[in-house]
Amino acid sequence: MGVSIQVDKLNAWFGKTQALYDIDMKVEANHATAVIGPSGCGKSTFVRCLNRMHETIPEARATGRVRIGELDVYNGTSATQIRRRIGMVFQKPNPFPTMSIYDNVAAGLKLNGFRDRHRLDEIVERSLQLSALWDEVKDFLKKKSGASLSGGQQQRLCIARALAVQPQVLLMDEPCSALDPISTGKIEELIFQLKESFTIVIVTHNMQQASRVAEFTGFFLLGKLIEFDKTEKIFTNPSDKRTEDYITGRFG
Amino acid sequence: MANLETTADISLPQLSLYRRGTNVLVTLMAASAVILVLLPLGAVFGYLIYKGIGSINLAFLTQTPKPVGEAGGGMANAIAGSALILLIASCIGVPVGIGGGIYLAEYGRNRFGNLIRFTADVLNGVPSIIVGIVAYGLVVLTQGHFSALAGGVALAIMMVPTITRATEEMLLLVPNTVREAALGLGVSRWRTTLSITLRTATSGIITGVMLAFARAAGETAPLLFTAFGNQYWNWNTSQPTAALPLQIFTYAISPFDEWHRQAWAGALILIVLIVLAVSAVRVAASRGMLKGAN
Repeated sequence: MGVSIQVDKLNAWFGKTQALYDIDMKVEANHATAVIGPSGCGKSTFVRCLNRMHETIPEARATGRVRIGELDVYNGTSATQIRRRIGMVFQKPNPFPTMSIYDNVAAGLKLNGFRDRHRLDEIVERSLQLSALWDEVKDFLKKKSGASLSGGQQQRLCIARALAVQPQVLLMDEPCSALDPISTGKIEELIFQLKESFTIVIVTHNMQQASRVAEFTGFFLLGKLIEFDKTEKIFTNPSDKRTEDYITGRFG
Repeated sequence: MANLETTADISLPQLSLYRRGTNVLVTLMAASAVILVLLPLGAVFGYLIYKGIGSINLAFLTQTPKPVGEAGGGMANAIAGSALILLIASCIGVPVGIGGGIYLAEYGRNRFGNLIRFTADVLNGVPSIIVGIVAYGLVVLTQGHFSALAGGVALAIMMVPTITRATEEMLLLVPNTVREAALGLGVSRWRTTLSITLRTATSGIITGVMLAFARAAGETAPLLFTAFGNQYWNWNTSQPTAALPLQIFTYAISPFDEWHRQAWAGALILIVLIVLAVSAVRVAASRGMLKGAN
């Protein structure tokens, strides 16, 4: 089951440049929350702070309080522990190039010391089914490399890989920006189904996509969360002038 | 139909004689550059075969050298000695080199890393005879006698900088997105480096290792006062040991025609063995990689 995310006073820096200013946000469990805003507004940095991927960049740091369910992300838990609970799908599909499709999906468990082959087979099949890729790859799971798939398939493979470690939250950083409309459609359908079992945060440049898949939307501008509300409200009746300007295409 | 007319209008004019001429000229220059590069290699190898093949026979590959004046004998002990010394060198040089490369690529974005990088580059340019003296001071003087171990240490010092820099380059070629994918799954940093980054760069690293190996296999100077050479069989790592380059050197500067012929044969055997070893590792590695992908 998904869990809710509570963000309080989150600040993030790259070296001396501040990228996020005092972000407060409450992400509902088992819903999809979209994060929109112009390039460079801190959307990606925001989601990368949720699973502490932000700090893997040299000289990057973050302060504040993030709670994922009962877990305090920046206090008393290790980054690896957090990342096992919070799956992440990146902008560009990034399967492990030297691994087969099967090994790609099993990687998260195998590398963390999971050895039960029988269970592994089950988990790989279920994850690929969840990500709607099973029927397309089941005949050559261990024969073909993950890199041999098409871009859209690779992205679904990456989703399966993230799901295999059984996270409670799935972060998606512009998962469709490198994909064609058909693959995008498939992944959006997927997001709909995944909401039943996971909490989803999706960064997107595509406002139609945000309105299609997300119940809640946050609008970021210059590192600040300008407005956060039900998606419908944001797109039909935003309370802030800047949100309105952005969604009507007046800037950004 | 208007479209067709437009197409006709923009059809390219015949290339001028000048441009076609330049094209031919530049192609010829590139081709001759390739020939210039390959020619010395072919010439060396051809001349080695011409001079050396006549002296290669079963005895050459299975016997130890005969005393001066007696015909026959071979370099079997030197072949074995080279193998022993290179094994020792690889056991020391490869782990240290790869470890250093990993440090530089994954953790070395700081002044200490730059210092190591600079040191490795300088070490790469140090004359090999100096490396031999260092190994002499480190191993021979402390042990009190020449040994295969000392030779191995000297060659290992020769191998480390090449392997370190090659490993670093190859690891840096692995896209950061691949590292992030593993970190994002909750895999720890060291596990990501070993199981993901290193594995993705394996084939490139093997190339670097084999380059260093081939270079070390042909080194003579570092062995002169470390392995020292030996006219007899020796498998004891703490005893003076024969090595192919040493044997070739000794025979080549001797005044005897028979020894000269054997030196040519030894040189040919050395090149062939290096090529065989490098190819074998490449084949084994590509098999292993395929297995890994299955």
